[in-house]
Amino acid sequence: MKTAQAGTLESSDIMITLSPQEPGDGVKIDIDSNVLHQYGEAIQAVIASTLAEAGVKDVWVKAVDRGALDYTIKARLLTALDRARRAA
Amino acid sequence: MMAIRRSMLFIPGNHPGMLQNGGVFGADSVILDLEDAVAPTEKDAARRLVGMALKNADYGDSEKVVRINPLDCDGAVDIAAIVPCAPDAILLPKVQNAAELREAAALIASAEVAGQKPVKIIALIETPRGLANALEIAEADPRVVALAFGAEDYTAGLGAVRSKEGGEILTARALLINAAAAAGIDAIDTPFTDANDDAGLAEDAGLARRIGFKGKLAINPRQVDVIHEAFNPSEKEIDWAERVVFAIEQAQAQGSGVIAVDGKMVDAPIVNRAKRTLEMARMLGLKKEDGQ
Amino acid sequence: MMINAIGREIPEVVEGYGPVKSFAGAFATPPGMQRQAPAVKAARPGDSKLLDGLEEVFRRIPVRDGMTLSFHHHFRNGDGVVNQVLATAARLGIKNLKVALSSVFPVHAPLVEHFKTGVVTALDTNYMSGPVAEAVSRGVLAQPVVLRTHGGRARAIECGQLKIDVAFIAAPAADPCGNINGVTGPTACGSLGYAFPDAEYADHVVAVTDHLEAYPLSPVSIPQTRVDYVVKIERIGDPKGIVSGTTRITKDPVQLKIADTAAKVIEAAGLIRDGFSFQTGAGGASLAVAHFVRQMMKKARITGSFALGGITGHLVEMLEEGLFKKIIDVQGFDLEAVRSIASNPNHLEVSAGFYASPFNAGCAVNQLDCVILGATEIDTDFNVNVVTGSDGVIMGGSGGHSDAAAGAGLTIVVANLLRGRLPIIMDKVLTATTPGETIDVLVTEWGVAVNPRRAELREQLLAAGLPVKEIGELKAIAEKMAGKPKEVPLGSRIVAVVEYRDGTVLDVVRQAK
Repeated sequence: MKTAQAGTLESSDIMITLSPQEPGDGVKIDIDSNVLHQYGEAIQAVIASTLAEAGVKDVWVKAVDRGALDYTIKARLLTALDRARRAA
Repeated sequence: MMAIRRSMLFIPGNHPGMLQNGGVFGADSVILDLEDAVAPTEKDAARRLVGMALKNADYGDSEKVVRINPLDCDGAVDIAAIVPCAPDAILLPKVQNAAELREAAALIASAEVAGQKPVKIIALIETPRGLANALEIAEADPRVVALAFGAEDYTAGLGAVRSKEGGEILTARALLINAAAAAGIDAIDTPFTDANDDAGLAEDAGLARRIGFKGKLAINPRQVDVIHEAFNPSEKEIDWAERVVFAIEQAQAQGSGVIAVDGKMVDAPIVNRAKRTLEMARMLGLKKEDGQ
Repeated sequence: MMINAIGREIPEVVEGYGPVKSFAGAFATPPGMQRQAPAVKAARPGDSKLLDGLEEVFRRIPVRDGMTLSFHHHFRNGDGVVNQVLATAARLGIKNLKVALSSVFPVHAPLVEHFKTGVVTALDTNYMSGPVAEAVSRGVLAQPVVLRTHGGRARAIECGQLKIDVAFIAAPAADPCGNINGVTGPTACGSLGYAFPDAEYADHVVAVTDHLEAYPLSPVSIPQTRVDYVVKIERIGDPKGIVSGTTRITKDPVQLKIADTAAKVIEAAGLIRDGFSFQTGAGGASLAVAHFVRQMMKKARITGSFALGGITGHLVEMLEEGLFKKIIDVQGFDLEAVRSIASNPNHLEVSAGFYASPFNAGCAVNQLDCVILGATEIDTDFNVNVVTGSDGVIMGGSGGHSDAAAGAGLTIVVANLLRGRLPIIMDKVLTATTPGETIDVLVTEWGVAVNPRRAELREQLLAAGLPVKEIGELKAIAEKMAGKPKEVPLGSRIVAVVEYRDGTVLDVVRQAK
């Protein structure tokens, strides 16, 4: 797995950057969002569950959110994962 | 129930904001676009996003169509990713012949999951060869429910000059409509590309309807209402259709097969058209209820 | 604590504001008072009003600690007068001023420093955005800001609740005797309507200009009889921030859809008829509604009576096409509006009180058939918030929102059901700025909701085939898409008091964290 990115900074989108970590480092998620107060936990939960489903254990996720809905977050994260794995 | 496709609205496939709002414009079909609207480096992202939108976004009563990339440009990857997300139809671009259509149909069949409603195909005819083969394409597979016309690429293929009046595509339109009619499916017209010219669109859509198209592609949500206006049966047409159907019912009751309405002979194709008009008016809520 | 007529909990006394008169209903509180009267003046032949610079003005009046200085916002984000006057106050060591500025823009950022140094300790305004609003929300002032409506500010000045010591009036053109207009000079802004009450009721009136013309100036918006001093400075504002070239209609397809639906609501309500009167804003979907209404009026071949409010080139074109007989203009938004008010006798300049004050013998908003308004949030009782953003930080204000809503026969709020990810419809808006009883219809891209008080209107819209839903249904659609937002935690300190146009208190704004 290599560092990879997906999404844009347009309204209703989210830009996700994945960086592989050493085995055992675990999942680290950083979120910047214009709706952090209202949806920060929801964004965190979608990212965590999508990573778990995909079996990813050691990764740093940086998410810059512009009000994306849950399914958009999931699509962008999965695209970033596809790209990270393809690059490896 | 007959399918109504007066307007088929393109929604860019890598644009989350447009995808989540695609259902608000009242288009009869939305076409989530993986082809021209998506940059080559973002095809993978759009595929994921459109798949998610199909499963999660609310497109109301709109038919959900996905325009995939041509089969020689990862179209097979699109089909494998999109079909399990249950679109109503796939819009297959740049179809040249029946073999290509059958190849896509086979890919769709193998991508469908158990219990899924069969995914239809709309063939986008946008090359001179595709137009020459329109009838065999229309009849290549029972999944094909419509032929759609893409005039921009087609005229480029001819070396013709594209104009607002569209004299250069009249023959192509007629051939495509004829092929669709021969196969018993719908013909959908090319989009009107000037999104700011409502009057021009109204004229172009009116012409399309008069020569036999059942609907029109739309590249901007603002076009939807104008297109509907053009393709809705008028009060006069509904009134005529009611009289035709009434006359044929009376004739049948009296055991006679021959009828005339307004002094003109009415036979089976005309009765069918009248019935289609009434069915459409009923589905669109345009028909006056009895006693009103 | 007491509960007002829209169910908001308000303290009986707010520290730094005083005893609270609770909102009782849009027209429930009668004035029961006399008008304010400023001191009587006299001038002799040979007296000169021309002073040499702002410091000279401060010395002549003289401006002292604790005074209230007022300003208009016709220069919007291009204003240069407020900052220069307050810099003068700071230089002269004056403290504890109250600033009564009809709207605060990002250009007024230096105010924050004046708050911190104690030069300015109180603010009275109808709208604020940018760094000042942010700082107020974070609690920079000990005393809560009073947030009024445009009509309410006129009322407060005329009735003595907002007592102005010195009105500094930014004047695009002035003569040495103090005649002022807004239509000539490099900073021409059109109507000067919001400055009229200040000129009429302040103890001292100062015209601040960078364009002095020979006596007598014409046309006259504010007359020499009310102006004590005239001061010419190098630059009173930046034309680029004052008016835009032309206000463009949105290209956003969702906003166009909303605007188109709003126009159909107006038509379904039977208002597209001779004598139609109309107000709409310049932003987002609002201006686009004017575009669709214009097409409908042309198609129906009708002539409206007047367009009101903030005026854009679009409304000017409608006047010139004969779709409206008059424009009643309290504020111009673009160059076309300035050109028109300067040249067309059917384009009338009116004061803030004429426009919208609830306590006079009749204001223009009462003559409106229809107004189109925006919203940051709306609740299931149709109360609207246009003051605070979703994070609790102040980003706007009523301006004329509650005035026009109260006056118009049909008040339509246009808004995207989701703003980014945030649903526009809440159980309870964060800050109530316009009471739900004055809102008739909410138009979103996902459907139209009608206030239950307007049952007959609901029937009209249904008959026209419009997508009418309950406001609760629309809320559910939004939350299905976006999820239910978590409430934003706020502090307990009151940083602003939201006054309704009649001076009663609708709500308070608490400190943002």
